[in-house]
Amino acid sequence: MKPSLSRRNFLKTGSALVISFSLAPDAFGQAKPAPLPGSLNNNRMLDSWLRVDADGTVTIFTGKIELGQGIGTALAQIAADELDVDLKRIKIVYGDTALTPNEGQTAGSQSVESSGTALRFACAEARDILVNAAAAKLGVAATALAVSDGTCTAGGKSVAYWDLVGDVNLKREAQAMVKPKLASEHKWVGKSVLRRDIPKKMTGGAAYVQDVRLPGMVFGRVVRPPSPGARLVAFDEAAVKRMPGVIAVVRDGDFLGLAAEREEQAIKARELLKKSARWKESESLPPSGDALYEHLMTKAKSVDSVVNEKTSVTVAAPAKTLNATYTRPFQVHGSIGPSCAVAQWREGRLTVWTHSQGVFPLRGDLAKVFATDPANVHCIHAEGAGCYGHNGADDVALDAALVARATGGRPVKLQWMRDDEFQWEPYGSAMVMKLSGGLDAQGNVVDWTHEVWSHPHNNRPGAAGGVNLLASWHLEKPSRAPFPVDPPQPTGGGDRNSIPLYDFPNQKVVKHFLPEMPLRTSALRTLGGYSNVFALESFIDELALAAGADPVEFRLRHLKDPRARAAIEAAAQRSGGRPNAKGDGARGRGFAFAKYKNLACYVAVVADVEVDRASGKVRVTRAVAAVDAGQIVNPDGVVNQIEGGIIQSASWTLMEAVRYDRTRVSTRSWADYPIIHFGDVPQVEVVLLDHPEDRFHGVGEGSQGPAAAAIANAIANATGKRLRALPFAPERVRQALA
Amino acid sequence: MADFTLRVNGATRKVSSVAPDTPLLYVLRNDLELNGPKFGCGLAQCGACTVLIDGKSVRSCSVPVSAAAKGAITTLEGLGTIEKLHPLQRAFIEEQACQCGYCSNGMIMAAKALLASNPRPSEVEIKRALNGHLCRCASHNRIVRAVQRAAKEMA
Repeated sequence: MKPSLSRRNFLKTGSALVISFSLAPDAFGQAKPAPLPGSLNNNRMLDSWLRVDADGTVTIFTGKIELGQGIGTALAQIAADELDVDLKRIKIVYGDTALTPNEGQTAGSQSVESSGTALRFACAEARDILVNAAAAKLGVAATALAVSDGTCTAGGKSVAYWDLVGDVNLKREAQAMVKPKLASEHKWVGKSVLRRDIPKKMTGGAAYVQDVRLPGMVFGRVVRPPSPGARLVAFDEAAVKRMPGVIAVVRDGDFLGLAAEREEQAIKARELLKKSARWKESESLPPSGDALYEHLMTKAKSVDSVVNEKTSVTVAAPAKTLNATYTRPFQVHGSIGPSCAVAQWREGRLTVWTHSQGVFPLRGDLAKVFATDPANVHCIHAEGAGCYGHNGADDVALDAALVARATGGRPVKLQWMRDDEFQWEPYGSAMVMKLSGGLDAQGNVVDWTHEVWSHPHNNRPGAAGGVNLLASWHLEKPSRAPFPVDPPQPTGGGDRNSIPLYDFPNQKVVKHFLPEMPLRTSALRTLGGYSNVFALESFIDELALAAGADPVEFRLRHLKDPRARAAIEAAAQRSGGRPNAKGDGARGRGFAFAKYKNLACYVAVVADVEVDRASGKVRVTRAVAAVDAGQIVNPDGVVNQIEGGIIQSASWTLMEAVRYDRTRVSTRSWADYPIIHFGDVPQVEVVLLDHPEDRFHGVGEGSQGPAAAAIANAIANATGKRLRALPFAPERVRQALA
Repeated sequence: MADFTLRVNGATRKVSSVAPDTPLLYVLRNDLELNGPKFGCGLAQCGACTVLIDGKSVRSCSVPVSAAAKGAITTLEGLGTIEKLHPLQRAFIEEQACQCGYCSNGMIMAAKALLASNPRPSEVEIKRALNGHLCRCASHNRIVRAVQRAAKEMA
């Protein structure tokens, strides 16, 4: 991949409507400006979102990044519709600290919602400005103009947007007063447009940060400590330097890295460096297995808070009370491509090509580590392998920058090895969910409590009071990790989706936030949502069973939200059978539902499983999902996200747990951490419930929680045994059935 | 260090001053600047680095360049281009058979080897042929459909 054009070059390419890039409006001491929709609110200038060029193209700028979720295609669809131009005219610039708006992280299924909404309003306003300029030029009323693919026509005269480059200036603050189009007027939004990033990926085009090649580039690798908390005692620098091709060995405190002319030379030198290094290790890790959960509940330092509480004095005391505890182990993101970055220092300025989900927060943290002004750090998005949250993307950017300080200005491409990724990426936190529920004599839920214990789910760069980059803590002058903060409700972090959407007269939700992390944790797709929905929706089934009720009817009876009900009914109907039909000991069907974050998409899942009682192996044979994601931009994109989410969740749910002892993580390769294979992948059917009148709701994280609970419920339905400890690996299932 | 003459995608390519035990993957990616094969694990566990040697699917992270020099190597770039797609590449695009696409190289190359020996594979046969290839975004079902679609077109 050729590196992106620098900002200066970029702005020189052809005449453009944009004179210069503007980060903020001239405020002139004005009072706080009126709120604008989506990310426009924090990036208020029109020209920070789009420009029109004389060559007949439109470039849109997004602070979000493409990570295989198809965001670029969806944003282009939105822009093309508002501007009335062909989709082919749209170019996109993704997260680049010199070129794009700062939209924080690409996370939380919010890209279409925040960036798409901003682009929708910015493009609608730009169209209005362009059409008025066209009207002035042609001497006609703006209302008389018809616009087709950027050409404005009235009475036989026409002028195109690209002819107006000298007449229009988009360097102005957005007003968001121009109403975007109605859904019925959309030409692109709502269609399954083929994704623009796929053709080059299928033909060997330069598509990833791994494909960035720069003149003089060398290859870097790191040697991490053998365990968290290990300190470097000694290593044989001279022997490593004698290895063929090695041009730099970098030691800074407990950080070890190197660079070599060739990639395989860097890998060989890494092996020797690793072998020669002696470390002082300590037993810093928590107990593993079932003892971990007892430790989390009773030993780990906890910050407790009541997240939600509702009481009713009129409801009778429960006739029957159930209690259950559910657990989830540490799990990895497991990107197929280990994290990678390219870094180069020139005259005290750092440029990094990165697949970080947030180029601006990364820039800020890098600037802190190198004690420089953020203006001296330029972070440019280049795609990586799918990340599913906060993996090693940011950390490897710092690694590359540290090694690149020793290469005399030559750029360094540094990719983690597989074991670096497994041992050092931030994990999805182990969690405990303790639920209790009371039923009245009629079998209705009258009392509900949900307690959740969890480490942090958000330790990304960009936090105040420190640096969230792995190597920075290992340096001789270490940075401090910021004190972790759990995202508050209404989205929540460890408590995400812990508040029932059901209408219970009495309920209490308590969060035990465990800020100390012997094993580092951060955002893995859904944060706590996967675990909380797994627990909540398993427990609803347990209560339904105790009440002698059909699990679907039981849910509906406690649920008023009409769209939640519609999703549940659609999934039940499509699955074509009653979820509570008695399992035959080996086959069963389970149901589950959630509204992601209690404020995004509704997803209901029906799962069919087969349990091999002899081996304990569980296979999901079929899954049906009904999804209400508000207004749908790209239906096939939504289906792809939901299918992938369900299958990935089946893998988490049936197979995945990080292994470790009191000192070391022993999960190092795919042999230690099996994930789902082709032979075990279920058929997935997705029903879309479109609401074109509504706003966008992200879908990237909507299906994982319901899928996990539907599988658990299906196993219970098949076997009569309730499994509450993830993952449902063969040995655990066999023991439960014995 | 040695020089090697490789036959890659129908062309003869010389690489110089390379250690004979260098995994083929790094020669393809860095000397020949081919992007198709990807580094995934370096242990032949994931399949992202797959190429064909004499039509057989192999893990280029675990084949030394000295051994690879004896055969005819085909990478993803050798199947087709954006302008002139191979039926498998077209089918993967039409089925939108990926999310991130990092594993797609291995999926397409393994499918190419499969279709050469079994032009009309069943769903089970496709899954069996791809079972050693990991996909984390979980596009498995789309990948199977893409292979079926390509098989139909090539028949």
